[in-house]
Amino acid sequence: MARTLIHVPTTARKGEVLEVRTLIAHPMETGYRAGADGRTLPRDIIRRFACRYNGELVFSADLYPAISANPYLAFSVIADASGSFTFTWEGDNGFAQTESATITVT
Amino acid sequence: MSDSATADRSRRALLAGGVGAVLCVAWRPACALSDELAGALRGFTGGAPAREGKVNFDIAPLVENGNTVPITVTVDHPMTAAAHVQAIAVFNEKNPQREVISCRLTPRMARAALSTRIRLATTQQLVAVAKLSDGSFWTHTVDVVVTLAACIE
Repeated sequence: MARTLIHVPTTARKGEVLEVRTLIAHPMETGYRAGADGRTLPRDIIRRFACRYNGELVFSADLYPAISANPYLAFSVIADASGSFTFTWEGDNGFAQTESATITVT
Repeated sequence: MSDSATADRSRRALLAGGVGAVLCVAWRPACALSDELAGALRGFTGGAPAREGKVNFDIAPLVENGNTVPITVTVDHPMTAAAHVQAIAVFNEKNPQREVISCRLTPRMARAALSTRIRLATTQQLVAVAKLSDGSFWTHTVDVVVTLAACIE
């Protein structure tokens, strides 16, 4: 399991703008670099990120090798109901990780 | 007398033309897309015209480390079910691959804004493009100078 950093407020008022920031530890090996033995290192990147709010897809992104190591993504969501955020990362070599965060909306 | 005046005039014209040509080469307007970028943009828009405007691509003009370059793309457009930004994509000119990131947005987002960190192989041009729910495409092109390139080749 890769380490993740997820920033979502735990409480919010209805209609408030939530700043969501996510970061996951991942080398994002581009597939264009040569290793110590001179051979090209195989590509190993996260290809897809998705954020769901109470099961509904809010934001998703396709990532390419031009994204830095430890991909960071920040975006904003409107708070409309208490519940949970689910973040999923999928990538090469069967990489898949899901994290969640809960929020209370008053 | 008239001969020398004619020669003088033609020399002036030649000089002016030469200076103009040099300026044109040195100052490529930011809106003029290179062939690589134009091709990548066509792939995203499906041939539909993309206009400059609405999108704001925030990136440092002088990048000291190409391995992690913070970028922010914002689109000056409301996010409602009736009118919202459907997608944002970023393309580069000189990395091994043209695509940088491609996102799909929904009206549940508060703002059409996205921040991330990217790699840049060399000094180049970048373009951010947004697709609105009415089917129009808007772009913002930036030129970036990179002093330390990302290790991607």
